[in-house]
Amino acid sequence: MTVKELKKLAAEKADLINVRKIVREQAEKLAKNTGYRKQVLVCGGTGCTSSHSLQVIEQLEKSFKELKINDVLIVKTGCFGLCALGPIMIVYPEGAFYSQMTPEHAKTVAEKHLVKGGEVVKELLYKETVHADGSVIPFAEIPFYKHQMRIALRNCGVIAAESIEEAIAAGDYAALAKVLFEMTPDEVIAEIKASGLRGRGGAGFPTGLKWQFTKEAAGDKKYVCCNADEGDPGAFMDRSVLEGDPHCVLEAMAIAGYTVGAQEGYIYVRAEYPIAVERLNIAIEQARKHGLLGKNILGSGFDFDIHVRLGAGAFVCGEETALMASIEGHRGEPRPRPPFSAQCGVYKKPTVLNNVETWANVAPILLNGSKWFSSIGTEKSKGTKVFAVGGKINNVGLVEVPMGTPLKTIVYDIGGGIPNNKQFKAAQTGGPSGGCIPAKFIDIAMDFDNLVAIGSMMGSGGLIVMDEDTCMVDIAKFYLEFTADESCGKCTPCRIGTKRLLEILNKITEGNGEPEDLEKIKEIAEHMKSSSLCALGQSAPNPIISTMEHFGDEYRAHIYEKKCPAGVCKSLLNYYIEPDKCRGCTLCARNCPANAISGAVKSAHEIDLKKCIKCGQCIAHCKFNAIIKK
Amino acid sequence: MSQILFEGTPEQMNELMACINANRGDKGALMPVLHEAQNIYGYLPAEVQTVIAEELNIPLAEVYGVATFYSQFSLNPKGKHKISICLGTACYVKGSDKILEAVEHELRISCGECTPDKKFSIDSCRCVGACGLAPVMIIDGEVYGKLSQKDVKGILDKYMQD
Repeated sequence: MTVKELKKLAAEKADLINVRKIVREQAEKLAKNTGYRKQVLVCGGTGCTSSHSLQVIEQLEKSFKELKINDVLIVKTGCFGLCALGPIMIVYPEGAFYSQMTPEHAKTVAEKHLVKGGEVVKELLYKETVHADGSVIPFAEIPFYKHQMRIALRNCGVIAAESIEEAIAAGDYAALAKVLFEMTPDEVIAEIKASGLRGRGGAGFPTGLKWQFTKEAAGDKKYVCCNADEGDPGAFMDRSVLEGDPHCVLEAMAIAGYTVGAQEGYIYVRAEYPIAVERLNIAIEQARKHGLLGKNILGSGFDFDIHVRLGAGAFVCGEETALMASIEGHRGEPRPRPPFSAQCGVYKKPTVLNNVETWANVAPILLNGSKWFSSIGTEKSKGTKVFAVGGKINNVGLVEVPMGTPLKTIVYDIGGGIPNNKQFKAAQTGGPSGGCIPAKFIDIAMDFDNLVAIGSMMGSGGLIVMDEDTCMVDIAKFYLEFTADESCGKCTPCRIGTKRLLEILNKITEGNGEPEDLEKIKEIAEHMKSSSLCALGQSAPNPIISTMEHFGDEYRAHIYEKKCPAGVCKSLLNYYIEPDKCRGCTLCARNCPANAISGAVKSAHEIDLKKCIKCGQCIAHCKFNAIIKK
Repeated sequence: MSQILFEGTPEQMNELMACINANRGDKGALMPVLHEAQNIYGYLPAEVQTVIAEELNIPLAEVYGVATFYSQFSLNPKGKHKISICLGTACYVKGSDKILEAVEHELRISCGECTPDKKFSIDSCRCVGACGLAPVMIIDGEVYGKLSQKDVKGILDKYMQD
């Protein structure tokens, strides 16, 4: 297609998308131009499909046939972000937000709301969107969305994820057209540099500089790569971008190809993300068909094509040199740098590699200008950051906020606080390479530099909230188990260091810790930080060092008093039955695999601590909460 | 674990060859071919690795090296029903280790193993990205979320029957 055709297509479908973006009164007017009385958006992201959103769509289609509704459009979108309430369904133009949908609920909504003259089914709406007086609040105004600012996720949950027409109508490929016909490569680099965009994958390296180095590198062939190997457990923003708006990544990679002089690109994506892989492949096929990838893009004479490469479950492949080795079909082992990938990357050619979220920020910067982007955020961290908020928090989901937003806003205003009225204890950021933010820093402005200053890091944006029931020594052990397992084994400090640290932590959590263990941990950590080959080993001690610094008393309780204050570490706990609560139902005794529970029917039971293997089966089966561990 | 003999069919071999031929010219062909081979056979037995090595002209040692490096490639067959328990951070904080224990307890095998009747195998995985449903368990692609230990037996019973 040509630029003219691109703009025509965008204009034709624009109102269809705009209905989903503006306030109700205007949306109702616009809806008349679209040919659809209403639009029903159902989330087709991993979170919601796991709770059967596709069956919700099937039911809607079936009901529409039965009720002869033919002027309501069903749109399967990417992630809306509020994953805890999935499956999510939004009806426009009114912006009614239905949560935790089932096929039966969908049937009810079709019959009562989506038919001509129907009314919103208030009982099925997300409770925060209904006022006490019964009036309905548009979902964009509820606390979860009100504090957010969506740049990378701009189209996630807005457009049909498998439709290139909707993507174009929502603005995708407009920046590519602008760049190809109105900007020189140097102007693109200047604009990205001026915006202050830093890599969202973890290290926060300035993106414009990366592009400049690759452009200046000598080479007959160059590559553009996308790191979609989102390995940090608990982070899923990259997946959501790929599932919700795959074209924005393809567009940005083509822009980078034009800028650095590359004709070929690779997207390296986790095989654990089947929906994302499928949508990427669909998107690439569509883009080729529309002449937005392949030869002579938009008639500009510029050629660029993209291949998808699947990972196979190796965390270390998120490291850039390991990722490139894996693209080439080798074991994903890192190599020493320099040479840096800007000079010597995939197949030893100059390569620019950015993370999915970084790519998602490129087009808006080029369309709206670097001034607009750099006006958002803090002095050294510009723009927004997506956090995958999980763990002990009410609104588990994806949250995009301006850099510098206080942690408190994310946890309480957006996240809805901690379930069951428990206390906030810490938030973990940066995954296995990061550290934790204790409660005393809850007001911290979340940006790259502030997090490093308190011993954590931004990482890819996983943010796991922990309450008083989480043992920080156990969490440190969890991350060390992860890194020990995922260490590729190439360099000694990481291979041996992770194992030794894990051994010490096992010893401490089993009640055999000795005072000198804490010193040993610090010494090993220093060696690993200074001499490991890649960031995996250099940062693997971070979770221990940071928990030792902020929760030293918990380590000391494990070592000196042989107690686990949070009641997690099995070896340091015993199970007891509270006689006044036990009804003598015998359920625990019958389910105890070690026959450690005795007692007559209808009288209080007792646990023989010598026989008890602390498996927790009794607690799981007790209906009277009579069993405690302390 | 007992050694389970390799039984490949001619149809499977044809599929494998088609995949190898489709990727032959590509420099980075090994990973995509291994993925497809595992889809065809369910695992990567030595016999299949040998064919891939010869056809792609890559030393068998390197094929084996790649196949053992990545956790998703398996040299052992899996059960008819593949159970995968997420031990990612969000699930772990919500007690997925307890879910794993309960599954191991029910099936009397450990994580990474296959039951003697080849009906079930258990694996752990790192984050499927369904953190909103934590803790989660996946059986043959079907996701079970917001689990507690009590739910495990009922879910497994459904699969025991067929």
